[in-house]
Amino acid sequence: MTTITTTDNKLKRLARSVRIPPVYIFLVVVFLVGGILDQILSDGQIFTNPLILLNIIVRSVALGIVAVGQTLVIIGASIDLSVAYTISITAIMSSYIMQGKTENVLTAIVGVLAIGIAIGLVNGLIVTKLKVNPFIATLGTSLIIKGIINASFSNYTGSVPKSFEFFGYGMVGPIPVSIIILLLIVFIGWFLLSRTQFGAHLYGVGGNVEVARLSGVRTDRVLIGAHIFCSMTAVISGLFLVSQMRAGAPWVGPNGIFDLNSIATTVIGGTALSGGKGGVWGTLAGVLIFGILDTTFNQLGVNPYLKSVFQGVIIVLAVASYTIRSKKDAA
Amino acid sequence: MTTTTASSAKEINQILGKIWNGVRRIPPVFPIFLLIFIILGFLNPKGYQTMNGIMTFFRPAAPLAVLAIGEMLVLAMGGFDLSIGAIVTMVVLASSKLLANDPEKALPAILIMIGIGILIGLINGLVVSFLKVPSFITTLGMMLLVRGATLYYIGGAPQGYLTDNWRQFGRNYIQDVPFFVKIPYALIVLLVLGLIFYILFHRTNYGKQVLAIGDNMRAAQLSGVRVKLIRVVTHILCSVLAVLGGILVGGYGGVNVTIGEGMEMQAIAACVIGGVLLGGGKGNVINVAFGAFTLQAIVNLLNQLGLPKPYTDVIQGSIIIFVVAYSALSSQRKR
Repeated sequence: MTTITTTDNKLKRLARSVRIPPVYIFLVVVFLVGGILDQILSDGQIFTNPLILLNIIVRSVALGIVAVGQTLVIIGASIDLSVAYTISITAIMSSYIMQGKTENVLTAIVGVLAIGIAIGLVNGLIVTKLKVNPFIATLGTSLIIKGIINASFSNYTGSVPKSFEFFGYGMVGPIPVSIIILLLIVFIGWFLLSRTQFGAHLYGVGGNVEVARLSGVRTDRVLIGAHIFCSMTAVISGLFLVSQMRAGAPWVGPNGIFDLNSIATTVIGGTALSGGKGGVWGTLAGVLIFGILDTTFNQLGVNPYLKSVFQGVIIVLAVASYTIRSKKDAA
Repeated sequence: MTTTTASSAKEINQILGKIWNGVRRIPPVFPIFLLIFIILGFLNPKGYQTMNGIMTFFRPAAPLAVLAIGEMLVLAMGGFDLSIGAIVTMVVLASSKLLANDPEKALPAILIMIGIGILIGLINGLVVSFLKVPSFITTLGMMLLVRGATLYYIGGAPQGYLTDNWRQFGRNYIQDVPFFVKIPYALIVLLVLGLIFYILFHRTNYGKQVLAIGDNMRAAQLSGVRVKLIRVVTHILCSVLAVLGGILVGGYGGVNVTIGEGMEMQAIAACVIGGVLLGGGKGNVINVAFGAFTLQAIVNLLNQLGLPKPYTDVIQGSIIIFVVAYSALSSQRKR
């Protein structure tokens, strides 16, 4: 009897800790509407072909990984606009160091992770020590990274060895490696946020810096940590992209609009831009919504410019679907 | 004897103190702009020490200042507007198709653009006020929508060209003016708009209400500010200024699909250099205009030094961080 209640309690606690964000309802709606439109207007592959479902997730991996990092930064009431060019510099540097040789892979990964840590550290230091608004600080570092990339590279550079393509194209049984990595990163993000002191402090810093400071949180360190984590997710995302493209190019990051898209998916997932509220599971749903839209538009053969129009409308509607009920006014 | 010298010394001290206080209160944007402009003058005396050169400088600087003033209104209210770059794109590309190389259609085209601008601002404001979507996301969605719709309308590539009478506002100068030698139309447009928005923002209740919303929305609401109305009006003003800025940009720039790209970020940077706090509650029309001039002067300075484009990005990024850090740290010390 008692054992049953304890497992019951455990389950309840687990259910409470997972707590499905409301954005999943919107995710299901988008999926159903997309699938029905596909059924009526096209060949109906979304509902019938499981490969398409898998493809939706694979398409979301690059954005999903960096969006996890963005979520942490935004929970800390900061923002990172430099992720797009961090992705670019990762893609191009790793492919440059690898030069198609398997023995260089480790050096390349260590090298770009070091670059990522450095970028995150600089972002964090500018925001916390120089008190520059994070929007402007990371806009500035983004310009700096862009300049460094464009001064050194102008086209595809180097190449990735066959062995490294495992990251982008490999399969473990029926599941692509990339999906496993995405889920792993989401899990790490969730673990950091809800199972560590760092996470608790980050929510505190995002909610109210002064209160957090007065209760003994080293606010600067926490925020710098979040920025380093965010830049590292951008690096992992860049590594994934370069393994898919087989060679790095300077336009990888900005072409994917990873900066604004990662922010949009984070907010769609229910994380407040003002900080202190949110989580990575919502962000994952936001990313999947983007993936479903992309696939649906491709299935229906929508004009690429109209795609952008619909995407704009849907981003706003997705966020509106839960903000409309909130009593607080938005800014 | 000794007492008089003591008192006069005290007086001098007091006067010096007053001057020092006044100097300290000068917003950092002015000395920074002056410094960069003086360096420019040393590097290229012909370009930046003659009236002719200075007026040439203002032609591309004025449109950015117009955009920045609009952006400032929204920022001061605690919001963001990321759609203004896309509005510039729309104004240039859609106008060139609407005109169909017919100068007669310049006025209707401009009026249509202003109409669409009002509509965009209205939608932004209504979505933020009534659907309670943060303006960052609302205007990000609007940016995608406006850019996508524009490119769809023109079919992906620029159509036609802008007629000379449409372009005159951003391109031409009033020639043979005494002392000033020549004055770009764009600068006159900026001065007129600047005056209107200076009065609106600093001398009317509207401006105070915008700042009150940015400072503390709840308090503003409780003290009777009609937050939703002010928000909608402010977004409309910002979008209309973006349309007018777009007309000026179209005057000196070429018609291509990348025009306007990233201008929202430039405008925000100009505002922040001009002392606007992201998050709201602070803003000054004149400082923001000089923030835009400073940004333009930085770009010109880097061109003057003959650096290739990539390096100018690096230095521009560093300077923006430095300038904002300087004003952030100095305003902190004052408190």
